[in-house]
Amino acid sequence: MSELWEGLTQAFWLVVTLDADLVGITLRSLRVTLTALILASAIALPLAAFLAVRRFRMRRLTIAVLNALMGLPPVVVGLIVYVFLSRAGPLGVLGLLFTPTAMVIAQVIIIVPLIASVAHQSLRELWAEYHDLLISMNTTQTQRIATLLWDGRRALLTAALAGFGRGIGEVGAIMIVGGNIDQVTRVLTTAIALETGKGNFALALGLGFVLIALAVAVNLAIHWLSRTETEGRW
Amino acid sequence: MSELFPLTVQGAKVQRRGKVLLGPVDLTLEGQGVTVVIGPNGAGKTSLLKMLHGIVRLSAGKVTWACGQTEAQRRQGFVFQAPVMLRRTVLENLTYPLQLANMAKPEAMARAKDWTQRIGLGDAQTRQATVLSGGERQKLALARALIRDPDVLFLDEPCASLDGRAMREIEEILQAAAKSGTRIIMSTHDMGQARRLATEVIFILRGKVHEFAQAGAFFNSAQTVQAREFLNGDIVE
Ligand SMILES: Nc1ncnc2c1ncn2[C@@H]1O[C@H](COP(=O)(O)OP(=O)(O)O)[C@@H](O)[C@H]1O
Ligand SMILES: [Mg+2]
Repeated sequence: MSELWEGLTQAFWLVVTLDADLVGITLRSLRVTLTALILASAIALPLAAFLAVRRFRMRRLTIAVLNALMGLPPVVVGLIVYVFLSRAGPLGVLGLLFTPTAMVIAQVIIIVPLIASVAHQSLRELWAEYHDLLISMNTTQTQRIATLLWDGRRALLTAALAGFGRGIGEVGAIMIVGGNIDQVTRVLTTAIALETGKGNFALALGLGFVLIALAVAVNLAIHWLSRTETEGRW
Repeated sequence: MSELFPLTVQGAKVQRRGKVLLGPVDLTLEGQGVTVVIGPNGAGKTSLLKMLHGIVRLSAGKVTWACGQTEAQRRQGFVFQAPVMLRRTVLENLTYPLQLANMAKPEAMARAKDWTQRIGLGDAQTRQATVLSGGERQKLALARALIRDPDVLFLDEPCASLDGRAMREIEEILQAAAKSGTRIIMSTHDMGQARRLATEVIFILRGKVHEFAQAGAFFNSAQTVQAREFLNGDIVE
């Protein structure tokens, strides 16, 4: 019990004194997940809008597949990306395994279905509202998608934040494809796993605090966004 | 710019799940005046307007504009019974159709501001359109449809559930638009409004055009029994 208490106080000091290791790992985590988030949003948001406005034969199937992919275990995604990037794999020549890029790729695959699915839910509602007007105004497909993305931006931000939360807290996939190399691919979650294993509770807890703070901040932001959404102000 | 009218409707039919909602309709509309569509609830007024506007699929027949469908579509506006408010400010709702037409921003802004004055929303330019009252929404939807200077304006019961003042404001805007040459085709369930605005009347019953006549002739001496009953306020089914 006293060991835990000691760990807690040490962790507290690591955080307030901005310990170099802790800051480095946190920044790396943010860099990887934010990069993945930007790429994933660039794919998922237009896809969600497209699925909302366009009736095509494979639409239902595409949505079903997206929803199924949302439940994909990250470890398995990590394994698949590993196989592709490993030296014998089809993309082995790129030499990406055990680099932050590999981690970004894995995270993009994990959060695209989540963001697309959540975004599609709200854009579908918005489209139902706008449908008659935009058809009547003789808009092009691109104009419809742009209008939905712009007017639905708060809901889309919520979807993106959910993706961020999933990415930043994910450990299985990035452990496999990143390899948890000190100063290179070690991020918050993999560092916590490692330091806990080594019995180094102070650093593990300090990293845990940061992770919790990020998660809480994201959820508060989502909560705030959905509240302003229902009140119809921005 | 070529002529939009006459608008010719030949054997046009609208169906949903096998049920005929409208038609077959045969009709020719000429290029002047205000056409008012009246008839009991569920008779097919909304369906007729949407069909003429070209936003419902025909299951038979055709609707032909003199200038061709593509150009006709660009020159029409439609105000829905329950106006659709973009989740934007009043001003942005008005600039939206102008942006679609690639108008330069300063000019679009100037036009939008001018229209907010005309519809009495000059003080509400930066308010979210979604928080407007029913009458304000209807006026905004009307201005948004008129801001591109359409040659034809469709309105589906524009004054349903509005108070007298909002109704008068809307009718004034409509009359000004009609005077400046906009062809108006609208439905209403308010016979007073029909008498004030109409130059010709389409009386529609059970999905069919039951009577189509000049306004004066229609209101003074409707040809069909059902139309006379309807004008008397009797229940017509
Ligand atoms: N989307 C729809 N699906 C099935 N039936 C519909 C639909 N829209 C309208 N109807 C039916 O079509 C008929 C005509 O409707 P409508 O054109 O809205 O009449 P009005 O505007 O004169 O009240 C009504 O019987 C209505 O119930
Ligand atoms: Mg109707």
